[in-house]
Amino acid sequence: MTDSTRRRFLTGSLCAAGALAAGPAGFVREARAELEIDITRGYIEPLPIAITDFYGENRQTRSLGQDVAGVIRDNLRRSGLFKPIDQGAFIQSAEALRGGPRFQDWRLIDAQALVSGKAEQQADGRLRVQFRLWDVYAESQMIGKAYFTTPGNWRRVAHIISDAIYKRLTGEQGYFDTRIVYVSESGPQSRRTKRLAIMDQDGANHRYLTDGSNLVLTPRFSPTRQEITYVSYQGRSPRIYLFNLNTGQQEVLGEFPGMTFAPRFAPDGNSVIIALDNQGNSEIYVIDLRTRERRRLTNSSAIDISASFAPSGDRVVFNSNRGGSLQLYTMTADGSNVQRISFGDGRYSTPVWSPRGDMIAFTRQHQGTFYIGVMRPDGGGERMLAEGYRVEGPTWAPNGRVLCFFRRTRADSQGHYSSKLFTIDLTGYNEREVPTPQDASDPAWSPAIP
Amino acid sequence: MRFKFLTLFAAALLLAACETGPDNQANTGGSGQSRTASQSTGGADDLTGGGSGAGSGSVSSQNMAGPEPGTQEHLVVNVGDRVFFGFDEYQLSSEAQATVEKLAAWLKQHPSKQVTIEGHADERGTREYNLALGAQRANAVRDYLIVMGIDPNRVETVSFGEERPAVPGSNEDAWAQNRRAVFVVQGTPSS
Repeated sequence: MTDSTRRRFLTGSLCAAGALAAGPAGFVREARAELEIDITRGYIEPLPIAITDFYGENRQTRSLGQDVAGVIRDNLRRSGLFKPIDQGAFIQSAEALRGGPRFQDWRLIDAQALVSGKAEQQADGRLRVQFRLWDVYAESQMIGKAYFTTPGNWRRVAHIISDAIYKRLTGEQGYFDTRIVYVSESGPQSRRTKRLAIMDQDGANHRYLTDGSNLVLTPRFSPTRQEITYVSYQGRSPRIYLFNLNTGQQEVLGEFPGMTFAPRFAPDGNSVIIALDNQGNSEIYVIDLRTRERRRLTNSSAIDISASFAPSGDRVVFNSNRGGSLQLYTMTADGSNVQRISFGDGRYSTPVWSPRGDMIAFTRQHQGTFYIGVMRPDGGGERMLAEGYRVEGPTWAPNGRVLCFFRRTRADSQGHYSSKLFTIDLTGYNEREVPTPQDASDPAWSPAIP
Repeated sequence: MRFKFLTLFAAALLLAACETGPDNQANTGGSGQSRTASQSTGGADDLTGGGSGAGSGSVSSQNMAGPEPGTQEHLVVNVGDRVFFGFDEYQLSSEAQATVEKLAAWLKQHPSKQVTIEGHADERGTREYNLALGAQRANAVRDYLIVMGIDPNRVETVSFGEERPAVPGSNEDAWAQNRRAVFVVQGTPSS
């Protein structure tokens, strides 16, 4: 499979059947036949994949092997690019698979790809998990790897294997071994309790980071460390804090004259770009995390907020109403060369540069509806991906192919509403809710966990 | 910051044009030793009045039924504790200006009191924009208080953005009441 066919496979709606026919691997040829059916809908038919329970010698490893395979199935299904085949249809057993796949058995059930694996306990107590990905039609192994970890860490192994499968079949980096930090919401609209919470990207391993005694907003991950930055109403005015996820320690970013908000880390993790409001005038600053010195980037009497660095670190996109309405602007990282990039109807805000650098996601409001959209950094190629009474705050998966955002319903006269997290592909397809124990807002996707 | 200067200048002009001072409500709730609202002090005098609130027409009363002077409740009864804004706006309407003028007079009557101005927004904007807009609204009130002669050190601002709506619901009436700046006498539990 060439890089170009991989990319076409992932972006589905853009691909032509003829281009996919060039793919050398058998399953791609088969996938082409199905893609032709849906191509007018601009939707990609998911690739049928058989993921067998990983084999285990004893009850414990057998159970772990089932759990690992279950997480892989869920990950790949949610990506929208794969259709895990019902295990009830499998002909060859997991035990028989140890001698190698009988490919005709898997072709019979229309599997294009096959995943087999094994879980075993090492003498030192560690868990060893191996997996193999097979091309059913080419009758060859595409990838095979083994991982060692503590048994309690089995979910992470399942995510790492999911990433490996995703990368091998799509050519894109996976995003399953990642986490999402967000604001958990509860209580009445007028006195909403908001807590920082963190979970795996699939909603597992959920835990709260703050107790709800202070209002918290807009957490964002460090690209380089197990650290987040967020806004908290601890004290008299909203201020930006840093939270070390390993130690649980929190510290205020610094003492500044006025309200600090809208933080995001620079790509190198060594500084934070923020908005500082001094007497009603918000400007964008960069705070060096070692010296805590601040450098001002904007200087206008208008609102300048919500800045986000390009992954290269040399440019910044931000939100301003300096032109009379709320729009997106880019500038070089020293504050020069400001250019407006949004020109559609309505108001634009919360720009976030893709980790790939090729797109900027944003929130747009027009005629009473909110949209999540993307555009190129030069403002071209604008597309709306999701809409609702209130959708806001897109955040990129580290591969730049999937976005997470929150969607809030209208509140009734008692102030009841729901707010939930969703993911959606860059193509605008495959919108899915991310389960959270309570209402949720302000998601931030972690970088790929190192 | 030129716009700010112009704003203050315009406010000062407007103030100087006032024929009469702030239209304070008759204060029936004051205790005997407290000064109550002045009916006759000119607005221009207020600017240099040192915040004492002295003037003719003070009314002393022995009625103890009303709120304790200088408290939040006293402010609510005698001035009101909030002003409202248009959609996506932070300029004070003439009605809001009149309320802030009353607040200034109240602060002059209670020179030991400090006030926090909370700026709020309705939910029809993104969270970060609403924080900035709330800050603009709170500071519009603060700026006008300063024009009215209030010591800037007595007035703090805080923006709650859209986080603390006064009225639940997603409708025009709720939004109109949530686009507000609220005056909180310091020492009072805030929202």
